Amino acid sequence: MTTIKAQMPGVFYRRPAPEKPVYVDDGEEISQGQTIALIEVMKTFNEVKADESGTVAEFLVEDGDEVDVGQDIVRLGEV
Amino acid sequence: MSELLVRAGGLYTTVQDTGRFGYYHMGMPPSGAMDVYSAVVANMLVGNPDGAGVLEGTYVGPTLEFTDDRVVAVTGADVPVTVNDEPVEPWTAIRVGPGDVLGFAMIRAGCRVYVAVSGGIDVPVYLGSRSTYTLTGIGGHQGRKLVDDETLPLGSGDGSARPGAVVPEELRPELAGPAELRTVIGLCSYRLTEDALASFLGTDWKVTKDADRVGYRLRGGKLDFTDREQPFGAGSDPANVVDLGYPVGSIQVPGGDEPIVLLNDAVTGGGYATIGTVISVDRDRIAQTKTGDVVRFTSVDLDTALAARRDRRERIERVRREIAR
Repeated sequence: MTTIKAQMPGVFYRRPAPEKPVYVDDGEEISQGQTIALIEVMKTFNEVKADESGTVAEFLVEDGDEVDVGQDIVRLGEV
Repeated sequence: MSELLVRAGGLYTTVQDTGRFGYYHMGMPPSGAMDVYSAVVANMLVGNPDGAGVLEGTYVGPTLEFTDDRVVAVTGADVPVTVNDEPVEPWTAIRVGPGDVLGFAMIRAGCRVYVAVSGGIDVPVYLGSRSTYTLTGIGGHQGRKLVDDETLPLGSGDGSARPGAVVPEELRPELAGPAELRTVIGLCSYRLTEDALASFLGTDWKVTKDADRVGYRLRGGKLDFTDREQPFGAGSDPANVVDLGYPVGSIQVPGGDEPIVLLNDAVTGGGYATIGTVISVDRDRIAQTKTGDVVRFTSVDLDTALAARRDRRERIERVRREIAR
């Protein structure tokens, strides 16, 4: 299973601001380097970027959940 | 002048040394390496004075390229380290040359990684220290965290570094949790009920996302304050007292439910009751806890705190002897 992992702990957000749409939806194609989520830690919001291209099979973390370093955030499907 | 190239700054990497002392009374915290032991040992490995400038990375380490022959050492958090994508050992003096690139993978345990380079990170000394205090933007490298694609000045080493020198396992910090933080109870612990103090010491507190160089906010319990008549000059919150200086390491509990442990970039004073102070040695330990980790407080007296400080000093001298062998 190919996944994108959290590089830092914190609170996970799928959208750039509460009233904005999510960065990416399940099933959407993403390319390497694309911002797919935010992790809030140490009073800053840090962009989570895709470390490889693929299709978002599913998000494994809910908006607003706490995540730990190394936790799987997204499962990638076939391109 | 020799330079270190910052290819990637990492999440929050700053230049630190052992701190800027003597200005606390004016509202200037000491800053300096949060995990002093790891920073000092990193310097020792590369033949620097203990207080030379090092880099402190947080969660995501920097990517650094060397422009000349140096000795480098990485200590602190448990994280895979690479030179030119090949794994290298932490807590070890490593020889590098022009074009070599030092990098980090994802941390396995701990929070902060220290990088010492022979000659030291030679940013200007401000008020006696090279430490960065980002809240006011002073010291270190332009008073801020490192960003991608910039350069840092390096000092000239004295050639005393011995590549291959290793810190033995038993002299590396224990990073497995929960973190036991020895704490001297006071100055305003009289504001807590007896039950609340017992509960404070008996609770497993979780590090929240609001945990940085200023302080660590914790969650996991609720502490009650005793009834009192609000003194002149104190705020109305039961956690308020008449303003006092906050010791570095002191623990305050605004609202009673989220203790904050103040650390190297501490707010220097205010009107919250400080119910205890984490001893200086164990601030190294809390510095290596990350958001989501668990910490506990144990009550110790001042003699124990001072003995722990002596022990750490002896431990540092043991490392010095091991490295020199």
